Amino acid sequence: MSDFLKDPTLLRGLTSRRMGRRGMLKAAGATAAGLGLAACGVKGKAVTPAAPDAAAKFWAGKVGKGHVNFANWPLYMDPKKPELAKFTKDTGITVTYTEPINDLPTFFAKIQPQLAAHQSIGYDLMVITNGIQFKDCVELGYFAPLDHSKLVNFTKNVAPKYTQEAYDKGNVYSVPWASGITGIAYNPKYVTTPPTSLQDLKNPKYKGKVGMFSDIEEIGVFAMLAVGANPETSTPDDWHKAANWLKEQKDSGAVRKYYDQGYADALSSGDIWICQAWSGDIFQENVSNGSDLKFVVPSEGGTLWTDNMTIPITADNPVDAQTLMDFFYDPAIAASLAEYINYITPVPGAQDVIKTDAAAATGDDKAFLDSLSSSPLVFPSADDYKKLHYYRDFANAAEQHSYSAIFEPIVTS
Amino acid sequence: MTPSVMDEGAVAKSVRGRRLRARLTPYTLLFPGGIWLAIFFVVPMFAMLVLSMSPGDIVHGFTPDFSWQSFHDAYIYGIQTYQTQIIRSLIYGVVSTVLQIAIAYPIAYWLAFRAGSRKTTYLFLLLLPFFVSFVLRTQSWQFMLRDDGIVLSPLKSLHLLPQNYHVLATTTAVIGGLTYNYLPFMILPIYVALERVDPRLIEASYDLYASKIAAFRRIILPLSLPGIFAGVVITFVPVVSDYVNAQILGGTSNTMVGNVIQNQYLINQNYPVASGLSFTLMALLLIGIFAYARALGTEDVLEATAR
Repeated sequence: MSDFLKDPTLLRGLTSRRMGRRGMLKAAGATAAGLGLAACGVKGKAVTPAAPDAAAKFWAGKVGKGHVNFANWPLYMDPKKPELAKFTKDTGITVTYTEPINDLPTFFAKIQPQLAAHQSIGYDLMVITNGIQFKDCVELGYFAPLDHSKLVNFTKNVAPKYTQEAYDKGNVYSVPWASGITGIAYNPKYVTTPPTSLQDLKNPKYKGKVGMFSDIEEIGVFAMLAVGANPETSTPDDWHKAANWLKEQKDSGAVRKYYDQGYADALSSGDIWICQAWSGDIFQENVSNGSDLKFVVPSEGGTLWTDNMTIPITADNPVDAQTLMDFFYDPAIAASLAEYINYITPVPGAQDVIKTDAAAATGDDKAFLDSLSSSPLVFPSADDYKKLHYYRDFANAAEQHSYSAIFEPIVTS
Repeated sequence: MTPSVMDEGAVAKSVRGRRLRARLTPYTLLFPGGIWLAIFFVVPMFAMLVLSMSPGDIVHGFTPDFSWQSFHDAYIYGIQTYQTQIIRSLIYGVVSTVLQIAIAYPIAYWLAFRAGSRKTTYLFLLLLPFFVSFVLRTQSWQFMLRDDGIVLSPLKSLHLLPQNYHVLATTTAVIGGLTYNYLPFMILPIYVALERVDPRLIEASYDLYASKIAAFRRIILPLSLPGIFAGVVITFVPVVSDYVNAQILGGTSNTMVGNVIQNQYLINQNYPVASGLSFTLMALLLIGIFAYARALGTEDVLEATAR
């Protein structure tokens, strides 16, 4: 027997119960579990409505730094960006223009964790549509309150209608970028009888060639109009009826796909023949691809939405962002933007600018500008507005959840 | 205190110190890997598990309560509402994996036994397309397979296909995309396993009057089984939870469970249901993999994948 075995400590070591590796890992796991439990859960942060001095507090001590990071949707500005070039020339403020917003829920999900942690999201100005996410941002305090004393052009030139929108009365957090109409677009190469009604989206002639939006607010409004309900005042009963309409449409094999972006491309390439569409997209697709797509507002009505310029509360350059906001309310700039994007401009004065431009232009340009200044898709009349409906405004989270639970399974089937 | 006692004490101390170190060695060696696992696997998993039992919404936050109701809302509701998508994903996974084996095995076999001195070149060529991003490649398939695209349009104008024939937005397109995208992950492990087969064994089998088929069936195939197994483990899980192919190549009835989870996280911000579905999927995949291991007769899944 060797000497070290006589060592009593070794004997104790050999005979006492040892904690195995497994045991050790289990214990470590249990400790981690305990710690984890305490740290988990995701915090929310509902804020009370903005105090009257919130804007003053936010803007105190903020100075311009000469740069703006602008986050917008695709197809929302002339790719040559003449407006931004003029802005930089006039003010010396440079702009980085990006198009990270393909659909709002996903964009919101991406910026939300950083905003919740009070970190900069890298954007100073972002375009957010009225609807669920806009409301969430307001409730969570993610938008900077605007300083109206600096919004000179806006105050002077905005259409009165746009200062009274229910989602942001008095433009506390936002000013409109553009409004648009959701209607039906079709490719006349395949669809020979112009569609007039939402029921055409169910027409067996177009089986497998119909495109719908994947956005549940968008499809919800269309389906409610199709079953004769008013989306703005709809009840859960109407939602169920509308969902049934959509289910029938899907089960009949009519729908090719539920799109977020990319439908305009699919429409001009013939993957789909008829689809739910945003007015300006179709116009731009025709301009940029030479296609001949058509857009109609269905007889049952269409959807009206407003995309709004907002400043995230954690923006690095809020002062410059606000300057850029106001710049787009110069009627000349608003007209230039509308001429390219073909969406409803919140600046009525732009119509006169376009008319003046048309008078000065000749040939094709003149014809185009003439049709633009009288286009109901850019300058809708009061009668046109009557046919258009906003998304359902949800009173609370529970209501919104039950709406999602009804429509979401249709889109993800 | 005599010098001898002091010596004895010092010796005991140093022995104890050494033994302590010896006992701690395995843990010390385990430490880097353990930390890695803890930070990047255990903690996120655990956070997700807790989240699945935390009712709430994005504005008011999600607070864990571990009640039966929240379990029901996350798991049972999730499974009931999206059972079609879960089952569909598993079926797509199985079909695509079987297709991958069928395609990958001959390729790997050829590479291992027939490619000769140009083996590395062929391997490189095989992997070359996969240097391009996965999403971009899938997007290019979408472009190629358009209804009036470069593949279908000529066939349609020759009246070989009916006018409204389409490949996109079908099950075939999605399974095809899945199979294509994960194919190298099946070829490589099979190739490695075949590469390691000792050619002398095959020669020996011929010496013992085995036919080519018998040699393949009784020598090569059994020796390459670990490769197939590894390939299946590596591809089946990502295929089932893939959401890109269904999104780009699929239509309204090809949504996979990955798309549902993505939607619940990013679009609905319903974190509990998303986490619940993720765990359900994970459980199903684990059951699937272990059942497969049992069926294949592999005693220990971990051992087989380590080989």
